[in-house]
Amino acid sequence: MLILECPYCGVKAEESELSAGGEAHLTRFGPGSSDDEFHDYLFVRENPKGVHFERWRHANGCGKWFHAARCTMTLEVFGTYSAQTTEPPQEIKDVITAKRPGWSWRNVSDETNTEGQRT
Amino acid sequence: MSTRLATRGRLIDRSKPIEFTFNGTSLRGFEGDTLASALLANDQMLVGRSFKYHRPRGIVAAGSEEPNALVGLGSNRRYEPNQRATTTEIFEGLTATSQNHWPSLEFDVGEINSKLFSRFLSAGFYYKMFMHPKPFWKHVYEPFIRHSAGLGKAPDKELQDADTYEHFYFYCDVLIVGGGVAGLQAAKTAASSGAKVLLIEEKNYWGGRTPVDGGTIEGDDAQDWVTKTVAELEAMENVILRSRCMGAGVYDHGYILGYERLTDHAPDMAGPRHRLWRIRATQTITATGAIERPLSFAGNDVPGVMLAGSMRDYIANWGVLPGQRVVVATNNDDAYRTALALHHAGADVVRVVDAREEGGGKLAEEVRGLGIRIDNGRAIAKVKDGKRVTKVAICPQNGTGGAREEIAADAVAMSGGWSPVVHLWSHCGGKLTWDAEQAHFKPDPLRAPTGADGKAFVVTAGSSSGPMDLKSVMANAAKAGINATQAVGRTAVDAGEIKTSVISEAPMLPVWLMPANADIELRMKTWLDYQNDVKVSDVQLAAQEGYESVEHTKRYTTLGMATDQGKLSNINGLAILADSLGAEIPQVGTTTFRPPYHPISMGAIGGEARGEIFQPLRKTPMYAWHDDNGADWEPVGHWRRPYAYVQDGETVDQAVNREVKNTRENLGLLDASTLGKLIVKGPDAGKFLDMLYTNMMSTLKIGKCRYGLMCSENGFLSDDGVVARIDEDTWLCHTTTGGADHIHAQMEEWLQTEWWDWKVYVTNATEQLAQVAVVGPNARKVLEKLNATAGGGLDLSAEALGFMEWADGKIGGFDARAYRISFSGELSYEIAVPASQGLAFWEALVEAGQEFGAMPYGTECLHILRAEKGFIMIGDETDGTVIPQDLGLHWALSKKKTDYLGKRAHSRSHMADPDRWKLVGLETLDGAVLPDGAYAVGEGVNANGQQNTIGRVTSTYYSANLERGIAMGLVKHGPDRMGEVIDFPGLDGKIYQAKIVDPVFYDKEGEKQNV
Amino acid sequence: MSDPVSALNGKTYSGSATVTENGLCGMIVLRGTFTDTVFQQAVRDIVGCDVPDIRKLVRSEIGSAAWMSPDELLLLVDYSQTEAKLSALRLALAGTHFMAENVSDARACFTVTGAAGREVLAKIAPVDLSPVVFKSGDFRRTRFAQIAAAFWLDEADTFHIICFRSVAEYMFNLLKTSAHPNAGVGVY
Repeated sequence: MLILECPYCGVKAEESELSAGGEAHLTRFGPGSSDDEFHDYLFVRENPKGVHFERWRHANGCGKWFHAARCTMTLEVFGTYSAQTTEPPQEIKDVITAKRPGWSWRNVSDETNTEGQRT
Repeated sequence: MSTRLATRGRLIDRSKPIEFTFNGTSLRGFEGDTLASALLANDQMLVGRSFKYHRPRGIVAAGSEEPNALVGLGSNRRYEPNQRATTTEIFEGLTATSQNHWPSLEFDVGEINSKLFSRFLSAGFYYKMFMHPKPFWKHVYEPFIRHSAGLGKAPDKELQDADTYEHFYFYCDVLIVGGGVAGLQAAKTAASSGAKVLLIEEKNYWGGRTPVDGGTIEGDDAQDWVTKTVAELEAMENVILRSRCMGAGVYDHGYILGYERLTDHAPDMAGPRHRLWRIRATQTITATGAIERPLSFAGNDVPGVMLAGSMRDYIANWGVLPGQRVVVATNNDDAYRTALALHHAGADVVRVVDAREEGGGKLAEEVRGLGIRIDNGRAIAKVKDGKRVTKVAICPQNGTGGAREEIAADAVAMSGGWSPVVHLWSHCGGKLTWDAEQAHFKPDPLRAPTGADGKAFVVTAGSSSGPMDLKSVMANAAKAGINATQAVGRTAVDAGEIKTSVISEAPMLPVWLMPANADIELRMKTWLDYQNDVKVSDVQLAAQEGYESVEHTKRYTTLGMATDQGKLSNINGLAILADSLGAEIPQVGTTTFRPPYHPISMGAIGGEARGEIFQPLRKTPMYAWHDDNGADWEPVGHWRRPYAYVQDGETVDQAVNREVKNTRENLGLLDASTLGKLIVKGPDAGKFLDMLYTNMMSTLKIGKCRYGLMCSENGFLSDDGVVARIDEDTWLCHTTTGGADHIHAQMEEWLQTEWWDWKVYVTNATEQLAQVAVVGPNARKVLEKLNATAGGGLDLSAEALGFMEWADGKIGGFDARAYRISFSGELSYEIAVPASQGLAFWEALVEAGQEFGAMPYGTECLHILRAEKGFIMIGDETDGTVIPQDLGLHWALSKKKTDYLGKRAHSRSHMADPDRWKLVGLETLDGAVLPDGAYAVGEGVNANGQQNTIGRVTSTYYSANLERGIAMGLVKHGPDRMGEVIDFPGLDGKIYQAKIVDPVFYDKEGEKQNV
Repeated sequence: MSDPVSALNGKTYSGSATVTENGLCGMIVLRGTFTDTVFQQAVRDIVGCDVPDIRKLVRSEIGSAAWMSPDELLLLVDYSQTEAKLSALRLALAGTHFMAENVSDARACFTVTGAAGREVLAKIAPVDLSPVVFKSGDFRRTRFAQIAAAFWLDEADTFHIICFRSVAEYMFNLLKTSAHPNAGVGVY
């Protein structure tokens, strides 16, 4: 049973205090979007073996939604962060790069070159 | 013969005799006995029958690894099947019954059957046998399998468990599972750092097996060291010790379950029977010890054949000598300790059969020095079948089983070497490595289970790490304590080398079959898994038939799938499989270890959740009144709502019909408190509600109400309700009873995760207010009477409060908000008052309403009234696949708004399909009530050869007002087919013919609500 | 107007700890911007204390304020003064973006007193209740078995618990079961 630290109230909450909200950083498509865009927004989701970004809600707690970056293989948690962002913050990406060099997820990835410098 | 010794028995108190019964016979034991030791003390060798062949079985082990001695314990509300005699402490009045036999344990018909048919019961028997012919499954095979499945009998379903259970959440730095010398040492080391330590032990005593085998630690006799260390730990503030508490499972992120048995040894003690510890530990040390492996020889399941170590346990712990003439069979030095213990306890060790050509070391010499004959390079060919050991045939290990010498004996002690208990290490992903020297799998510390931080969170200590000698065990345990402490950011005191006694041992020899090339006749009598009756020949057959993966072989043969999860059988089975495949054991690998380590009670898993707190029931402030006035309860989510109020002499249906008529003719009162009430406030609240509802809410005037629909992004209708504009930037949104929590959550979700720059706050005020629907021609009269008699100034006249308007004020002295809304088509007010006054307000209405014919009504009446008016109900007309257009609700879809949830989805091709089923009213030709959920059939068949359907019933009721059945349904091209008759075949065989009509059955002009 | 009635009318049980339904308590849910000085002053005026730190409850003689989330406080006042305080609060915050609602009747309040209090709660809430970790003035929202709840510990080692009114009976029975006189764990 997972433990995720709620970035809003600081509680290291066990899963029974949380509810899962699926994949993070979806872009909403509304009226005017193409059928393909809307289809992908509604139905297409990542199913990675490794680095993943998710939405969670501290439902039995402060009630806030937040994001979590974790590894679906080892269940290692790279970090949790604000729900009010459209992409993972740099410090989270840096943590993942340090632990999973060469990672990528959707259009986000390890931004360092082979020498370990950020590109 | 198995007897109680006059001396020995460190765990029993001979001054405290205890009476118990086994299969109705009264037997005696002592306090401190397990059921197993007490049975052996009474020479009860035969304790059960095996699962498949009904072979006589006796006690093999002394701990939780025991596969055979499963009994039914207790009776009536305390009866529990499949309890291990070896882990059951006896108490005065305990009743145990053996299992899996008929008519009796001694004489069993199943055994005769299996002797005749055993050749049919080989590996994969079930898969092969029950395939053909197909019709046999239902009438022959299934009843047969049901009859023979399971070992013990399930408890009577009518009898509720008499006991209570609970959970306990506990947090610590270091958890140590296992209170043997390794666990104690690890705890001592970890505790020296000041870390918060919890040490749990499944048995009711500390020290594990070391005090049985003796030796010294730090100059003390092992038992003295244990006593001293426990006292030391108990005195420390940062340490908690718990015996009778088993580490059941290790889960993600350092979550561990501890299974504490509080009253199993004293069932009359008050309080919970089991407590499930839900532990979060930063580091877990598993000091779970090792389990001895049986040897695979023919007849190794005959009662009297026991693990050598367990035999020593019975002698030392409980003063029980399991045999008088004992053969010891071994492939290692440890079993010589048993030979010594037996000899010193007065038994005749008639032979030590050592599979090793070179024989044993120092311990063997000691045994030989006592005049005991040791045969090196020899094996047991066969133990003669029967209800107990009588004869043992000895042969060369390197052979097929010929050249036998038969000796008389009444017990056999066997040792195939020791395997670390790696279960807890493995539960959460810890990997194993093969130790060729000791022929066992042991934890690989480099591949430990990892936690949330990606670092290892389990450390093994003592023999569960691999080493079996005392010196290495203690060193390993101290190191584990230091490592775990470091991992929690503390520093333990490193006490340096721990001095222990040392006895050097000769290397063991892996022996997977005795004799090495045993012929088929012997292999068919050589058991690997006692509980599931899996033999060497079964695994070999599986390999022959192509089952190369260990996971497949396990399922095909059922090896290791019994309640003991293969604690004794796994390695032996793997070795046979590897050998059959010509592979090495590590290449074959192990099956997956899954929690719990040992079966735990369902009660413990459920914890406190039983009886009145099985689940939360939500009650409105008027609940008690309803209950006192005949409410027939209906669950709506966790709420309980009155379905109808049944009066004396009425059926529920009659009550519903009475309520339906009375509300239309006089006055009905409905407790509507469960309806969701969400307050939405802020400068962007109007814009926000315009996104959530399909219709326009921002334009709603203050003081007015509007019915609104909500869709999901998929376009499907998800909730509906009346929205009221309270002030310039505040709206109150009513949701369905079931929708309150999730619509609130959904609002927060959009506000927090998509439109976080919008200035809107939401509060769920559902429970702040009690709400009563006052419905019927006399609705205004009763409210005006309340105002007149009890004071209150709220003007409820048609002029002051028009349809779909609301107003705040006093009604009969209550602070109230009145909504002039109607879900019934009648003149209707919904009045909200503070919940703390809900009951008083309700009672005031009932009393004042008497002269107007007021009667409370329940949810069924509510449903019928709305159906008579053709109003849809979320959950009836909608099921997650229905869009507003299907229900003729186009008028509620704003054309002005550029966007709202669901708008984009409504333009998807399938949503705009003219063939979608649409809402209509349905009237049976004969006035009958259509069956709920019935489908209308059309012409032709679909691709699966099933008759095509063209519609279905979504709501159907008997209308007492119209004196006939009325229904609504979704029908293909329905609104274009008014007057057509379609067929609904019922499950009762009748074809219901129904005419398609307008869904508004009653007061089509809507005159009644506008008065 | 009749006398307001709480969910369980002061029901009580004594086992390893004493469980009491506390009757009605004035409660105002206040959402707004904590860093806004107008907001801070309004809280001070209504309950006599500063905006509490994260996961804390602060008290004064006239009321308490509990940290519910980064934009939500729960103000505890005398029940009879709730509506008056609410009006004052709305007046003080007029013109800012805020929400203040009376939720007194939507809740039930309990106290658990006695040395076994920590254990009683630890059986039903996934929270570390050791004295080193959970201290007086700490406020926590979590679940109690199957329902949402909030609780805090006061200076007299009494636990105060709040849950929804509709589940008051479930909460009472839950606490009662946990406080069985023979079910002490013996760790705190």
